[in-house]
Amino acid sequence: MQDVKKTVRQYIADNFLMGESGAAFGDEQSFLDHHIIDSTGFIELVTFLESHYGIQIKDEEMIPENLDSLANIDRFIAAKQAK
Amino acid sequence: MLLHQWFERHARQTPDKVALICEESVYTYGELDRQATRLAAALQAHSIERGDRVAIFLENCVEAVVGVFAALKAGAVFMPINAQTKADKLTYLLNDSGARALLSHSTFTETLEKAVARSADIAVLIIVDPKDTAPIAGKTPVPFSAALESTAELQTPPTIDQDLASIIYTSGSTGEPKGVMVTHLNMVSAARSISTYLGLRHDDIILNVLPIAFDYGLYQVLMSSRVGATLVLQRSLAFPVKVLETMVRRNVTVLPGVPTVFSMLLNLSSLGSYDLRHLRMVTNTAAALSEAQINAIRAAFPQATLFSMYGLTECKRVSYLPPDQLDVRPMSVGRGMPNEEVFLVDENGARLPNGSVGELVVRGSNVMRGYWRKPEQTAERLKPGALPGEMYLHTGDIFRTDAEGYLYFVGRRDDIIKSRGEKVSPREVENVLHGIEGVLEAAVIGVPDLVLGQAVKAWLVLKSGYSYSERDIIRHCLAHLESFMAPKYVAFTDALPRTDTGKISKRGLT
Repeated sequence: MQDVKKTVRQYIADNFLMGESGAAFGDEQSFLDHHIIDSTGFIELVTFLESHYGIQIKDEEMIPENLDSLANIDRFIAAKQAK
Repeated sequence: MLLHQWFERHARQTPDKVALICEESVYTYGELDRQATRLAAALQAHSIERGDRVAIFLENCVEAVVGVFAALKAGAVFMPINAQTKADKLTYLLNDSGARALLSHSTFTETLEKAVARSADIAVLIIVDPKDTAPIAGKTPVPFSAALESTAELQTPPTIDQDLASIIYTSGSTGEPKGVMVTHLNMVSAARSISTYLGLRHDDIILNVLPIAFDYGLYQVLMSSRVGATLVLQRSLAFPVKVLETMVRRNVTVLPGVPTVFSMLLNLSSLGSYDLRHLRMVTNTAAALSEAQINAIRAAFPQATLFSMYGLTECKRVSYLPPDQLDVRPMSVGRGMPNEEVFLVDENGARLPNGSVGELVVRGSNVMRGYWRKPEQTAERLKPGALPGEMYLHTGDIFRTDAEGYLYFVGRRDDIIKSRGEKVSPREVENVLHGIEGVLEAAVIGVPDLVLGQAVKAWLVLKSGYSYSERDIIRHCLAHLESFMAPKYVAFTDALPRTDTGKISKRGLT
């Protein structure tokens, strides 16, 4: 699902410039480790994913494995939409 | 009594006691002390001398804790810097303090390049987890792991408790952060006072989700070291579920937080499913809890005692509400703390009786020595007391007291915004906004926000021909400021309200 990574990368580039290098981060790079998004940023990201993909993200699903990289988000969204 | 001596004593007496847990890594007092001693020796081998400032620019991690104790062992002054700090501000902090050593992480290389290039005093750069040996701003970084292998012998300096232990920067109305100078005595006194009224014990397991660069987070490390407790360091609040899982897994007994932290946890619908039976204490400061929040916290954690507190970096902590008063006067922050005196004064500095409204003044061994190299601003806050040589701290906060002398926060004398429990200087944000091409005028205010306490709002007047989206402005701010300082809201207008003398009047803004 290439467009999920592309869409989220664009969202991050448009809304955060935490990493001063702009959108130059890899698909597998942790947003936290590379200072791309902070804790408030993750809340905004979740809101974006919910509205953009028409899904509900539960408390227990707000974990790094699902959200802390483009690749993780890609897998997470695919799994949610497969249900 | 020096600040690091509690830590050293526990390392001698109970070297196998767990001092620190970071994710999956567990460190004993003995091991941490060994690392701190090695790093201190390495600092000395790299020409760091007694009194030199050692900047620590890291997220919450074991290396930050080691850095604090290493600097103290070397007789140096540690300077914790928020990991969200961007290049311009980091440059300012390094130059203002004249820091000679900088301990940081390879993921900050881009920021370090820009800041170190403009900080002539930096003599040694110690980098955690370097990816290569490439120089940073022309300086060869010393890998943290290599520093720990230092074979140099530590020369214990003749530090006394009057010497500076730390400089902690705090934002101010002028837009230029000020370095709060605190001595070993200041910090030992504060840590002793606080850990005493809280009743912290050696068998406590304290969860620290607050940045070590923030004195509230820093003191979890220091107080834990005083009583010989275990500190669980949390790097980020991004995933509240992970915080709760850690609390359960590690049997956390103490949770220090700010209102935003509690909002986040209390908002989780699954909160009730976590077995937090070991949690015996919850503390709050940095921003006030509403009565509703206090009730919600007590309902969510009925087995824990809630301490509602107030303080400022300039004296670490001022007051706490004894828990038995929560049902009597929940909105009060108490009447001070051990080994400290507090009172209110009027505009002329005259002491007021109970039942008055006035500026809060603090006296005690926890009061700072002043702002680093800022004598004028220091003189605004520290004023001579009754005894020659003693300075009283004028907090700049307005309180009222009830008939029994209990304190209730009324407001600030200055325009500092408190968002997420962090200080935001409107001037600092306005300075950054003025850096945007096309911005003619900028006025930053705080607006009430249920989760944040206050949200930052920027009002802008643009020059003709310029147009920006809210997001454009916020993104620019995020590149230059810590995230809690970036505006949540941006509004554009043709003209800002003015006073009679033509200055921008924020009174008219919402």
